[in-house]
Amino acid sequence: MPQPEQFREEVRNWLEANCPPAMRTPMIGDEDVCWGGRKFTYQSEEQQLWLERMAAQGWTVPDWPKKYGGGGLDRAECRILKQEMAALGCRAPLTSLGIIMLAPALFKFASEEQKLEHLPKIARGEIRWCQGYSEPGAGSDLASLQTSAVDKGGYYLVNGAKIWTSYANMADWIFCLVRTNPKAPKRDGISFLLFDMDSEGVSTSPIQLLSGASPFCQTFFDNVKVPKANLVGELNKGWTVAKYLLQHERNMAAAVGRGSSGKKQSIEQVAREILGEEDGMLAEPVLRQKLARFQIREQAFTLTMQRVGDEMKAGADPGPASSLLKYYGSETNKERHELNIALRGMDSLGWEGDVFDEGRIARSWLRSKANSIEGGTSEIQLNIIAKRVLGLPASS
Amino acid sequence: MPLVLNEEQNLLKRTAEDFFRRKSPVSALRALRDAHSVDGFDRQLWREIVAMGWPGAALPEQYGGLGLGFTELGVVLQASGRTLVASPLFSSVVLCASAVLLGGNEAQKSALLPRIGSGELLMSLALEEGPHHRPESVATTAAPHSGGYLLNGRKVQVLDGHVADQFVVVARTAGASGDLAGLSLFLVNRAKRGVSVARRAMVDSRNMAEVSLQDVEVPHADLLGELHSGSDLLTQVLDRGNIALAAEMLGSLQAAFERTLDYLKQRRQFDQLIGAFQALQHRAAKMFCEIELSKSVVLAALQAIDARAESISLMASLAKVQVAETFRLVGDEAIQMFGGIGMTDAEDIGFYLKRARVAQQTLGDEHYHVRRYARLRGY
Repeated sequence: MPQPEQFREEVRNWLEANCPPAMRTPMIGDEDVCWGGRKFTYQSEEQQLWLERMAAQGWTVPDWPKKYGGGGLDRAECRILKQEMAALGCRAPLTSLGIIMLAPALFKFASEEQKLEHLPKIARGEIRWCQGYSEPGAGSDLASLQTSAVDKGGYYLVNGAKIWTSYANMADWIFCLVRTNPKAPKRDGISFLLFDMDSEGVSTSPIQLLSGASPFCQTFFDNVKVPKANLVGELNKGWTVAKYLLQHERNMAAAVGRGSSGKKQSIEQVAREILGEEDGMLAEPVLRQKLARFQIREQAFTLTMQRVGDEMKAGADPGPASSLLKYYGSETNKERHELNIALRGMDSLGWEGDVFDEGRIARSWLRSKANSIEGGTSEIQLNIIAKRVLGLPASS
Repeated sequence: MPLVLNEEQNLLKRTAEDFFRRKSPVSALRALRDAHSVDGFDRQLWREIVAMGWPGAALPEQYGGLGLGFTELGVVLQASGRTLVASPLFSSVVLCASAVLLGGNEAQKSALLPRIGSGELLMSLALEEGPHHRPESVATTAAPHSGGYLLNGRKVQVLDGHVADQFVVVARTAGASGDLAGLSLFLVNRAKRGVSVARRAMVDSRNMAEVSLQDVEVPHADLLGELHSGSDLLTQVLDRGNIALAAEMLGSLQAAFERTLDYLKQRRQFDQLIGAFQALQHRAAKMFCEIELSKSVVLAALQAIDARAESISLMASLAKVQVAETFRLVGDEAIQMFGGIGMTDAEDIGFYLKRARVAQQTLGDEHYHVRRYARLRGY
C-alpha cells in the first residue's frame, strides 16, 4: 500500500488531469446534480465525462470493495480523496438513492449474486433507483401496505400502487415493499423486491407539489411479472430490510439543507443587508433575537451530529440517534426557511419572473414543509424515540 | 478533538456518579434545609470531595492540583448535579480559583490556589449588585487611598458568601456605570473592618449572601490582575463559570428526566401506565432531543476551555441558553407529569424545579445570553 503522502499526490495529480474545469465550479441548482441512469439527460459532456472517469476509478463509491465497482480505499484514503476533491472544488460525480439507501441494505441482506449484479451498476451510475414504500393507504402506517406479490411458480405477480416515489418517472429500477402473505400479522407478511421500471405493467404519474415542482410520482403496478431471483432477504422478512434502510434514509434526511452550495449568502448577511444596523446591532430587535435563537439551535444540532458521529466511530449503536437527527434536522430546516421569509419580507414571496428569480425562495420554503413528513413524519420519529429509546409502554 | 469522553474521563464520570449517589442523595439536601444548617453544606462531605482530589482537578500540579482539565471538573460537576449536591465546588473552585489562576500574580497564586484546592480556604465572587446579571453596571467603588484602595458598595448574589473566608470583589476604579472598562478585581478578606455579610437562603435550599463594603481598606498587593481592565479577566471567569454551571445543570436535568420517565412507567390511570399515552410520549421524546443537544453543547464548551479556543465566550453563551431552557422545560414537565404528587414537598422532584430556576438566573439567564450570543456573532 502506498504511503499516505504518496497517495495524496497521486490523487491530486489524477484529479488535476481528469476533472473537467466545468466540474470544478460550485453546483447552483438541481440541474447540476448528476443522478445517472438510462433516462438521464446529461447537462453537459463534461458532466458525463466526469462520471465515467470517476466510475472507472471506483471513486463514485471509494470505500466499496473493488469487485462491487468501488475504489477499495480504506478510511484514511477516502478522507484524502475527499479533501483533495474539496481542495480542487470538484463536484460530486454522482448522487444516487442506490448509493445512499439501497446499497447499505444490499450489503447486509442480499446474496452474493445479487450484490455482483446490482452494486457495480449503482457505482457506475448506470441504473437509477427509486423507492417503492408509501402507498395511498399506507403513509405513516407503512406496514399496512397492500401492494401484493403473488407466487406464480416461476415469478411473482405484482399488483398495486405506490405514492411519493421520488423521481419514479426518471428511475430505471425500483426497490419495493410488497405483501407476500396477506394472512400474517402486517409486519410479518412483507417482502423486499427489486424490479425493472420498464417491466410491462409499470406506469408512473408525477404529483405537482405546493412548490410547483414534481419530484414525486404515483406509481402503478398492473400484473407486473418479477423474477423470483429478485427477492432480497427472506420471504416475508422484508420489514427488517425496510427498517434498516429507513435508518439510512433518516440519517440522510437529517443533513437536509446542510452543506448546500457555499455561494449563497449566510443568513446573518441577509439579515444585515435587509434590516440594517443600529449601534452594531440588527435594527429589528425581535428578529435579532429570533435569529440568535435559531443559530443557537442550529449550532447545538451541528455539534450533536458531530458527537453522534464521533460516538459511532467509537463503536456506539447509531439506531437511537437516527430518529433524533431526522426529527431535529427537518424541524430545524423548516425553521431556517421560515426565518429566511421573515427576514426578507414580501420580496421572498414572489412566484414568477426574473425579478423574483422565478420564486426560488418561496418555492424552497414550500418544499421545506415536506421535510417533517417525508421519510417518516416528525410524529413517527417521536413515537420511535418514546418506544425504542425511552422504553415507554405501548398503549393498551 | 472527538466530541466524546476518553476512557479516563468515562471512568471519572462513573466514579463521581457513584460517589455522589451514595454520599449525597437528594435527601441530604433536604436534611440541610430542614435542619437550617449553619453552613448550608456538609463539611464532612466536602472533606471527602477534597480527598477525591476533585477541587484541584483543573489546577496545575505546581499549585497542588491534579493538572487535568475543565472537562474533568465538568464531569464531576455534572455528576454532583444529578443529586443536587450543595458544595463550594462551584462558588469557590470554579469561579474563584479560575480568577486567581487566570489573573493572579505568582505570590497570589501560590498563597491561594493550594488552599482552595485543599478545601480549607473558601472563596466567593462578589460581583452582582442587583437582581439581574449586569457586570457592566458595577457601581461599587475602589478609590485610591494611602498606598491601596478604599472599597465602598453593596454586593448581592454572592454564592455561598455566608461561609466564604475571602471574596473576589469586582469594583469600579474608573469610568461610569454601564462601562465594562474601568473595572478592577480585589481580594478581600471577610475579617476586614467594614465587611459585613448577611446570609440569604434561596428557593433551591442553597445560599447566597449580601456583602456590604463600607470604607474597606485594601492594600495594593490585593489587586487581582490589571487595574482598570479587570473586565477581560472577569469575562474569562464568567465564561468558565457559565460552562461549568451548564455541566452541573445538565446532570440535574438528566436526573430529573430519568425520575420522570420512571414515574411514567409506574403510574397507572384509566387502567394503563400513563407512559403509554401519546400526549405524554411525544413530550418525553422532545425532552430527550433537547437533552441530547444539551449534552453536545456542554461537552463542546468544556473542551473549548481546555483547548483555549477563541470561541470560549460564544460556547459559554450557547451552552447556557441551551441548558437553561432545557432545564426549565424538564423541570416544568416533570412537575406536570408527576401531577399532584409533584406539587408536594414529600416528593423530591420539586427540588429539581427549584434548582432549575436559581441556576438559570445565576451569571445571566437565557435572555442575557441570547443577546450576548448575537453580539458575539457580530449582529
